[in-house]
Amino acid sequence: MKLVTAVIKPHKWEDVREALETFGVTGMTVSEVSGYGRQKGHTEVYRGAEYDIALVPKIRIEIVVDDGDVDDVVGIVVKTAQTGRIGDGKVWVSPVERVVRVRTGDQDEAAI
Amino acid sequence: MDGYYAFMLVATALVLMMTVPALALFYGGMSRSKSVLNMMMMSFTAAAIVGILYVAVGWSMGFSGDGTFFANPFEMWWLDGVTTDGYIFVMFQMTFAIITCALISGAVEGRMKFSAWVVFLPLWALVVYFPMAHMVFGCTDDSLICGRIGAQDYAGGTAVHINSGVAALMLVLVLGKRIGWPRDKMRPHNLTLTMLGAGMLWLGWYGFNVGSIVFTGATDEENTAQFLAETGRTFANTTLATMAAILGWLLIERLLHGKATSLGAASGVVAGLVAITPAAGAVDIEGAVAIGAIAGAVCSWAVSWKFRMGYDDSLDVVGVHLVGGVVGTVLIGLFSTSEGAGGIDGLFYGGGAGALGDQVLGVLVAIAYSGVMTALIALALKHTIGLRVSEDEEVEGIDVVAHGESAYDLHTSMTRGGSLTAGVPAAAKASEGANA
Repeated sequence: MKLVTAVIKPHKWEDVREALETFGVTGMTVSEVSGYGRQKGHTEVYRGAEYDIALVPKIRIEIVVDDGDVDDVVGIVVKTAQTGRIGDGKVWVSPVERVVRVRTGDQDEAAI
Repeated sequence: MDGYYAFMLVATALVLMMTVPALALFYGGMSRSKSVLNMMMMSFTAAAIVGILYVAVGWSMGFSGDGTFFANPFEMWWLDGVTTDGYIFVMFQMTFAIITCALISGAVEGRMKFSAWVVFLPLWALVVYFPMAHMVFGCTDDSLICGRIGAQDYAGGTAVHINSGVAALMLVLVLGKRIGWPRDKMRPHNLTLTMLGAGMLWLGWYGFNVGSIVFTGATDEENTAQFLAETGRTFANTTLATMAAILGWLLIERLLHGKATSLGAASGVVAGLVAITPAAGAVDIEGAVAIGAIAGAVCSWAVSWKFRMGYDDSLDVVGVHLVGGVVGTVLIGLFSTSEGAGGIDGLFYGGGAGALGDQVLGVLVAIAYSGVMTALIALALKHTIGLRVSEDEEVEGIDVVAHGESAYDLHTSMTRGGSLTAGVPAAAKASEGANA
């Protein structure tokens, strides 16, 4: 089992969700986050006082998947979230030791 | 008539309040959180730009004399020949020009260049609103809708609501839809603002409708009697139609979509006010309840048309103002009573179909004039200065792009004096760097 974490542009989130659902991903955890990489923030001005806004809003998606689905899921996220411009985000994969479904107590693959 | 004059001071202030801030709040709440400031700025700039232009030339085009489409723009240029005891009537009509222009902004949420809006405003006021105000309000035997056709329009069903609704439709057809619409539903970001704005619009509308009385008496006594009788009628009609429209909207919404919503109630308020605007003087209280209920129900359905037909009228200027304006103006032909301000009986009051024909013709002329002229202005702007922000700017959000501001700072936990997302003053940061 692997945890796929993706940080993407907010306006691409609906596309990515739809594509993952079509592939067969039945659930995920999503949060609104802020951060920066090569894409920097912007400047705002209030009554002449300039403010550097360091962080850019992003969407973080977390999905636990079977080992066999990892490449497909990562591929789908990259393909659908890509605009080719700075700030498209990142996807990374980490190993998961154990998963339990709270309602039933199902373990690991059965709980995904 | 001192009482009337004092009332007009209040009525004029109330109508200005309908744009700033009532409409700004109503539309701002329905916008996305990245577009709310721009949406409010479109109302504020409409007040500033159209207001001054109205005094310069708008009053003269509307009210300085005869003309089928407009009167001589230079006859009363900068209120030449208007004495200061007549200024309040100029100011009152000015607030109508302002809100009509501002109403259009609801259609273009989040994607129209601010510079294009600032150029669109005076062009549209000059070419479309000022002439329409003459055709309807600046009533002479020559003026097209009021004089030649003889359609009844007490406070602006044609000149204000059909006019702005058609203009909104034309503008979005040229401007195009928002990126992602209609698949992304782009729901309202703060409905409490919208409820507040709708309530303030209702309050302000008493100035709008009740203040639109036109005296017909020969003596002061006759005019005083008309003032007492007619303001009671228009106040009651405005109130009852709005109440009926809330119920009409909620009922249809409940049947079509399963729930009675707060946005539906707020929208019902505006739909009822729009529909009773032309009819406030013409109908009795039963007529007002009927017009309000029908308008609420029809508009509740009409706001779904854009999804089927594919025009991104973002905050439903067409579904509420065009459709509500048409409903109210046409229904005068059925519910008008000869006891009312126009002295005409409609179809249901034994007057035959003549009044209905006049009302329908008035509506068609308003739609045709506003539609053609607005389309020409929109196309001209599109092919010269451009109407839309770039794709990247639209995605980032027009508040930051056009105004360098964001409406909300909700990340105060990440704070050190300011917050990272709200930023720290650039000057403060520079001195910090020097100390380090």
